[in-house]
Amino acid sequence: MTSSPTWPAISAVIVVGIATLVVGTFGLRLSRTTSDFYVASRAVSPWWNASAISGEYLSAASFLGVAGLVLAFGGDVLWYPLGYTAGYLVLLALVAAPLRRSGAYTLSDFAEIRLGSRTVRQASSLLVVGIGWLYLLAQFHAAGLALRTVTGAPRWLGGTLVAAIVMINVVAGGMRSITFVQAFQFWLKLTAISIPVIVLLLVWRADGRVDPAAPDVPRVTASTSVTVSEALRVQVTHPVTVQVNGTVDGVPVAGPMRWDRGTVELAPGTTVTLPAGGAVPHAEGVEASEGSQWVTPSSGAGGRDYPLYRVYSLLLALLFGTMGLPHVLVRFYTNPTGRAARRTTLAVIPLLGLFYLFPPFYGALGRVYSPDLLLTGRTDAVVLLLPGRMLDHPWAELLTALVTAGAFAAFLSTSSGLTVSVAGVLSQDLVRGRMRSSVQGFRIGGLIAVAVPALMSVMTLRIGIADTVGLAFAVAASTFCPLLVLGIWWRGLTRVGAMAGLIVGGTLATTSVLITMAGGTSSALVSALLAQPAAWTVPVTFAVMVVGSIMTRESIPPNAARILVQLHAPEGLGLRASGTGGEATPTR
Amino acid sequence: MNNATASTSVTALVLVAVVVAAASALVARAVLRRRDLGTTADRTTFATLHTAALATPHLREGLTRTGASRAIRHLRTLLGTPAVALTDTTSLLAWDGIGAASHDGTAMPHASTVISTGRTAVLSSSTVTCSKPDCPIRSAVVAPVVSEERVIGTLIVYAPEATAGLVRATHEVAQWVSAQVDLAELDHSRTRAIEAELRALRAQISPHFVYNSLAAIASFVRTDPERARELLLEFADFTRYAFRRGGEFTTLADELRNVERYLVLEQARFGDRLQVQLQVAPEVLSVAVPFLAVQPLVENAVQHGLETKTGIGRVTLGAADAGAEALIWVEDDGPGADPELMREVLAGESGGDSVGMSNVDARLRQVFGDDYGLVVETAPGAGTKVSFRVPKFASGVRAG
Repeated sequence: MTSSPTWPAISAVIVVGIATLVVGTFGLRLSRTTSDFYVASRAVSPWWNASAISGEYLSAASFLGVAGLVLAFGGDVLWYPLGYTAGYLVLLALVAAPLRRSGAYTLSDFAEIRLGSRTVRQASSLLVVGIGWLYLLAQFHAAGLALRTVTGAPRWLGGTLVAAIVMINVVAGGMRSITFVQAFQFWLKLTAISIPVIVLLLVWRADGRVDPAAPDVPRVTASTSVTVSEALRVQVTHPVTVQVNGTVDGVPVAGPMRWDRGTVELAPGTTVTLPAGGAVPHAEGVEASEGSQWVTPSSGAGGRDYPLYRVYSLLLALLFGTMGLPHVLVRFYTNPTGRAARRTTLAVIPLLGLFYLFPPFYGALGRVYSPDLLLTGRTDAVVLLLPGRMLDHPWAELLTALVTAGAFAAFLSTSSGLTVSVAGVLSQDLVRGRMRSSVQGFRIGGLIAVAVPALMSVMTLRIGIADTVGLAFAVAASTFCPLLVLGIWWRGLTRVGAMAGLIVGGTLATTSVLITMAGGTSSALVSALLAQPAAWTVPVTFAVMVVGSIMTRESIPPNAARILVQLHAPEGLGLRASGTGGEATPTR
Repeated sequence: MNNATASTSVTALVLVAVVVAAASALVARAVLRRRDLGTTADRTTFATLHTAALATPHLREGLTRTGASRAIRHLRTLLGTPAVALTDTTSLLAWDGIGAASHDGTAMPHASTVISTGRTAVLSSSTVTCSKPDCPIRSAVVAPVVSEERVIGTLIVYAPEATAGLVRATHEVAQWVSAQVDLAELDHSRTRAIEAELRALRAQISPHFVYNSLAAIASFVRTDPERARELLLEFADFTRYAFRRGGEFTTLADELRNVERYLVLEQARFGDRLQVQLQVAPEVLSVAVPFLAVQPLVENAVQHGLETKTGIGRVTLGAADAGAEALIWVEDDGPGADPELMREVLAGESGGDSVGMSNVDARLRQVFGDDYGLVVETAPGAGTKVSFRVPKFASGVRAG
């Protein structure tokens, strides 16, 4: 074990932050001369675009959250990375090309084009803002956790830092979604997650390859001290004798203490020292699981009830939610044609697949090298902590700096993309008319877009990063997925049906989110239903939209058939005039 | 309750409070807007105006079948009679109220006299007959719908009895419908005028440019025939683009490609004196812009930056991503101009050689709204920068 490798990590954060600000403020001023005109006026290639989408998409949930979930819940949560990637398959098959051909920039634009209704447009905008805030909340939350993990700074600082950088960028007018910057972010994140884990795996091999799924509950290998920064309930399933300095169950303690089965309450500031080989007591919400259970899918490892339901519901949310993420969809606008949009989506899948190979290894190694995270419940920090735990000076510092840089790149790129999307929608649909100019409206929109989730993240939320993001996906899946899928594939969709679906789906999913965030309910079944609502909210929304549309059949937009042709006909068919094509070009 | 659950409860409360506050703000706004004011008479007036307003949008496309069938419901509410019909000069457009099946065949015969005379007529029960003894359709008031001093249709109101009040009301409603249809005609005229303006701009590739280009090409015919051929092809492509038929909008990528052709031709003329720099963000290439919106600005920059001075002239053309909008600018380092003069040029007061610019400005404002006109930054001796913004999405605007 080495001392906490602070300075390289802090400088990594500073470098990433300053680089983001500089790039945002000055932009990439690529000047060209006429001889490059052809290059300059050519669209971004699908691969660049795919890298940019992946760069914007890989958020804190991917970089930190997946590993944390694997550490806590094992094989079950491998569905998370799979779902995050496979969502693009659904997007590719059902939405990508028609959406691009529609000419829409945001989801609200699509609602307006397809249904010709201001009301549906504004409802969509409201949902975009809601989903964006939820997603931003996860980023700020993760930033706080990350900064505290590597530097010991107070929890609110990291989130505020990221929020401030993003806010400055948006208000100063920079960091709009520059494709090459976002594409670079993807490769930075891939490097930052892959190189350390390869080194760590080599170390693990040299250490004698301790099996993370050994048939026992997680135990610390050496004596480990853990300081609790917030009030915490700990479940003890395997008796252990610990050294305590602080307050336990409201009683000041300094010295050895034997914990038998049951629950222990630790006050903030309490330090617990686990003996070498001692079983790790788990924070409330995660149960200790034996290796075989941890590694088996659908075994309910970590104490998640109704594992099968949760897995299917989660998959539904991730598969159908990706198409409703505002910051992802605006990127498709950069594609010149529907065909290019498809190719871009296709390219995203292997890129994300490659990235998601790595985070689960951190979770598995964490079970061997940092099981004490289960005590505090801060398993999301495992990616940041492992290099320091497993390596010696100077590699520990360097690799910690690398993963920290990757994590902050993830927070910043995703937050920027989200903020730009949310600010655009806010300024266009919700604060417009009161501003003198659209530029000013965009700035005000940007301020609101960042400030609300930043404030929310300061208030303590005891919920995993990947879970918050999962909820954002659930809301997207139960509102925009039916709107997009029915809007693109069914001419019978009416504005009344769409509106009813958005209201019902939005209300159900949002209520579930709020209840889950507020601590859930006492009933295990209801809690599971609310924590993973997609399995019932998505079908309900589809049903409401279909039934509502059939009941108001007479109000099908008169141009529905024409719009569907526009969405589905390839650009070159001449079903609409396209560019300067069509006439013979003389050979040169 | 321990601290952890306390903090989550606090969070929950704050979240709920935020949601409740937002919801109640919305409700309060709706209530304030709906709150009734005034006496009974006032309210009747409001109700009438509201009903009329509901019918307005459907009549704004002229007297069409779909528009009439949507508006007629509100017209019947205004008149409060059992049945109302709208016809044009040859056929029944819409019927609202009872007796649609048994009476709609007789509407055109009822309308025929009014169509020829253009005067409101009252038809008694001798003309308006019904086999059913309890049918309230016993008489009719037929009023002409007039647009541009021509009868273009009729409004027929059926009632048990044609009172003087009903005749007056029918007449007034028919006049109101006429006014709306006139407005529709006005809209059409305006659209046609704008289309004509666009056509005019297309034809306005400046004659100087054509002459200068051909002269420049001619100078290469003997010394460098291959270059001359290439330039001629560029010229052909440029004119094909400028004279093309079809949509009012095109993608920025297409527009830039055309600017490239233009610049190749200008460079044949100016040689190394013309230096062009590009700063184009690839993200905005698929933005829809009005056809020929950029080229006139570049032409203007080349003229001002080069033709009026000696030595090298630099023209910068840029496009940047700005959230939900794209920013496009053209800059030259020429002698600049008096801002007041530029204002006059944009307002179309001083014609000169910048007709293209005021036209681009007018079209941008017409399509995207007054927020989106040209912005000119200039001063004598300081060069000129012309920029404009385009929303990435605006309803009804599509490239192609």
